[in-house]
Amino acid sequence: MSDIILAGQDLDHDHDAHHEVVPDRGIARWLLTTNHKDIGTLYLWFSFIMLLIGGTMALVIRTELFEPGLQFIEPAFFNQMTTNHGLIMVFGAIMPAFVGLANWLVPMMVGAPDMALPRMNNLSFWILPLAFGLLISTLFMEGGGPNFGWTFYAPLSTTYAPDTVTYFILGIHMMGASSIMGSINIIATILNMRAPGMTLMKMPLFVWTWLITAYLLLAVMPVLAGLVTMMLFDIHFGTSFFNAAGGGDPVMFQHIFWFFGHPEVYIMILPAFGIISQIIPTFARKPLFGYDSMVYATASIAFLSFTVWAHHMFTVGMPLAGQLFFMYATLLIAVPTGVKVFNWVSTMWRGAMTFETPMLFAIAFVVLFTIGGFSGLMLAIAPADYQYHDTYFVVAHFHYVLVPGSLFSILAAVYYWLPKWCGRMYDESLGKLHFWLSFVGVNVTFFPQHFSGLAGMPRRIPDYALQFADFNMVSSIGAYVFGFSQLLFLYVVIKAIKSGEPATDRVWEGAHGLEWTLPSPAPYHTFTHPPRVTEIEAHS
Amino acid sequence: MKARRARIAAKTGVKVKKNWLGRCIGLTAALLAGNAWADSLNMTSGVTGISNTIYELHMLIFWICVVIGVVVFGAIFWSLLRHRKSRGVEPAQFHESTSVEIAWTMIPTLILIAMAWPASQALIEMYDTGGEDMTVEVRGYQWKWQYKYLDADYNETFGFFSNLATPTDEIHNRSVKGENYLLEVDNPLRIPANRKVRFLITAEDVIHAWWVPDFGIKRDAVPGMLNELWTIVDQPGIYRGQCTELCGKDHGFMPIVVEVLPEKEYDTWYGEQVRQAQARKEALSKTFTADELMAEGEQVYNTFCATCHMPNGKGVPPVFPALDGSAITMGDRYAHIRLVYEGVPGTSMQAFGNQLDAVALAAVVHYERHAWGNDAADVVQPRDVINLIAGEVK
Ligand code: HEC
Ligand SMILES: [Cu+2]
Ligand SMILES: [Cu+2]
Repeated sequence: MSDIILAGQDLDHDHDAHHEVVPDRGIARWLLTTNHKDIGTLYLWFSFIMLLIGGTMALVIRTELFEPGLQFIEPAFFNQMTTNHGLIMVFGAIMPAFVGLANWLVPMMVGAPDMALPRMNNLSFWILPLAFGLLISTLFMEGGGPNFGWTFYAPLSTTYAPDTVTYFILGIHMMGASSIMGSINIIATILNMRAPGMTLMKMPLFVWTWLITAYLLLAVMPVLAGLVTMMLFDIHFGTSFFNAAGGGDPVMFQHIFWFFGHPEVYIMILPAFGIISQIIPTFARKPLFGYDSMVYATASIAFLSFTVWAHHMFTVGMPLAGQLFFMYATLLIAVPTGVKVFNWVSTMWRGAMTFETPMLFAIAFVVLFTIGGFSGLMLAIAPADYQYHDTYFVVAHFHYVLVPGSLFSILAAVYYWLPKWCGRMYDESLGKLHFWLSFVGVNVTFFPQHFSGLAGMPRRIPDYALQFADFNMVSSIGAYVFGFSQLLFLYVVIKAIKSGEPATDRVWEGAHGLEWTLPSPAPYHTFTHPPRVTEIEAHS
Repeated sequence: MKARRARIAAKTGVKVKKNWLGRCIGLTAALLAGNAWADSLNMTSGVTGISNTIYELHMLIFWICVVIGVVVFGAIFWSLLRHRKSRGVEPAQFHESTSVEIAWTMIPTLILIAMAWPASQALIEMYDTGGEDMTVEVRGYQWKWQYKYLDADYNETFGFFSNLATPTDEIHNRSVKGENYLLEVDNPLRIPANRKVRFLITAEDVIHAWWVPDFGIKRDAVPGMLNELWTIVDQPGIYRGQCTELCGKDHGFMPIVVEVLPEKEYDTWYGEQVRQAQARKEALSKTFTADELMAEGEQVYNTFCATCHMPNGKGVPPVFPALDGSAITMGDRYAHIRLVYEGVPGTSMQAFGNQLDAVALAAVVHYERHAWGNDAADVVQPRDVINLIAGEVK
């Protein structure tokens, strides 16, 4: 046997499927599990359900915005929809999906038997359904759920908030606790449980980007927790952190929020960078270009992400010096981001590419994320931001980086690793159909929003002036296409799990990495003995 | 001319009836030529020096992005076409090049510095607030704007509220929407052409943002904070904008309309406003009839109170209480006045004492006590309000 096949297997006895420890049966398996693969699966299904709920809210919004005038919902409910759509997508869909992928993949990629802290792993998952159950239940309570935007600026979210804001605060605390535990676990696993020979600079980029993301999470989730605690005190205990009448400052709220919020946007994109850096080399059949610079670029982005927060607040009334500083820092962060894009393009350059579904999503990611990056560059120019700020131009910008950005990377990852997880291939034609529907849907939805923004349409309004009508109608049609195509994704995944063709161990011709040395499906317990890390399976 | 012909041709389909390709080209040309359409695809350059500067910065950074995009996407599409396995190519194995990496770190850095320079200059120009000819205080409320014209010592000479003027029937699709749907107000802000106007921006309750796209100015209105903006508009006309910071239920329904008047016309209007403010002060000592109070009160109620308490006085319980049959509107008159005057701290019931004068307060309280099913026995006069404020009654 060649090195390649040996690489993933136990060193002292041959792998034998019959010796496998089988999981518990029934619900107890899922409630009590400490297995990283089970928990990864739970995270992924949970985030998919959240995607559907948050997506339904998006469709409610787009339905109301289909035409000028109020047709279906009242403005008060509209605000609850935009708020909960944002919160659910950010904290319930994108972030847990990445944690789910980390759970499945990090141990298999670094040659570890499981996550470092398996019981805490169970806890950090099971907090989430409680947190989101609480958040969503507020929509049915008297006075309605949170209606102050996912950025929940005070005093709209304190003095003027519905009573349910207290549940919202509790929910945020729970999500924060879950994220902090999750990131401690990921850091501990990566730093302590790598197989011998898997040095830091040999780790797959997905592991690298997650390591850096986990540090970002550790740094900023406590800031968010502090912020909502200050809100709690303002609302219930008579303090005035954010109440100008009591000597507080609503602008301080925004500084604290975005000190969390800007690193948060990188929390939602760095793991995506990692995924794309795994997928493109596989289907280009060529090593990733500039591995080292990818690692350094990720680290610099993470560092710089702490210095740019007030670019979300250019119109708040800052001194000139502050305005200039945040503009320069924001422009600077474009440099390492550009490096990443150039590296991906160079990886494809003179490769021998094939275009299976994961690759299609990855290429679309590179192109469309770059478009989101361009609008980001435009938004960084403070004087121009005066015209863009809080218009649909911003909505277009962040949806371009989050939907064909983060979400496409997650879809790409699922198609890419699904055969390893369940041992069966998905239906390639249906996968491609899903890709093309999503690709067209996403662009039809979000591209016109650049135009409505430049024409002056503010965001977060339930009704609009007549000159914005055409763009909104197009956008709504795109949203239906995009939204309903995700049901096709569900079908493709279920079909693969139930009746897909059996997958080979390597799955993809050009795939390298320890996870591909394992059998498909990956046994319940893997790498109980550390594998040998060979040249071909690790970056060298 | 050619484009025009193409547009007509595309519209009527006469000349190119049978030619599918020609028709497509015609339609595309029509779209590109149709000025209204092309305009709505981009930011407009506005009517002030600042809005022009912004427009130029916007186009500069846009074209920089286009150039980078052409290079990057060009490279991607080239590889997608040429470097595919189905063409039988062998993958190259290069994966590093320090010089290339240095180049594509340095070049973007230089481009960005080139970009930061004009942007910084524009900012410095915008922050130059001194030397104004007049000052207007702009105050955001849930969900309307208040404009106060200040004199040289920052005392108010007169002021007024600016509310959405679009009828609810249009919003609820019961009647045809007008041209300026949702962008029309009862009292526009009026400023003179060719003079430097300074705005002091703040808010009463939550954060709002005051934006007039054609002037290129937008600033958050933050309670407890005064932000500054300025503009000089050469071109008289009507300019429209909207609140751009989420401020609650009717965030989408608090537009901004600025009417820029020729200097002479403005001065006449200004003089008239000052005189009216004087007359209003004198009315405070007058005694009104119940009918006068009801008429004035209904108007005040519909502008200031109906968004929350609803035109029929039924409110939206439990958030906004009903006034029809409520204990306060049927109870002691002074308690009622005090509540409206001082508001209920910590709720969206504002202190209307600093928005309405004694005449308007008396009228709206009188109206609430006699409208719908309410039938209090008393008549509320401005002097009741004045006495209450002066502490002469409890
Ligand atoms: C932004 C929403 C809003 C507007 C506008 C508003 N109110 Fe209120 N109003 C409230 C709320 C909320 C309460 C309940 C306060 C509390 O919790 O006691 C209230 C309470 C009242 C009450 C006491 C009702 C009772 O039975 O307790 C009166 C009287 C009243 N408002 C009059 C007015 C008048 C007069 C105006 C217009 C000049 C007005 N309100 C405008 C929100 C509003
Ligand atoms: Cu940011
Ligand atoms: Cu507002």
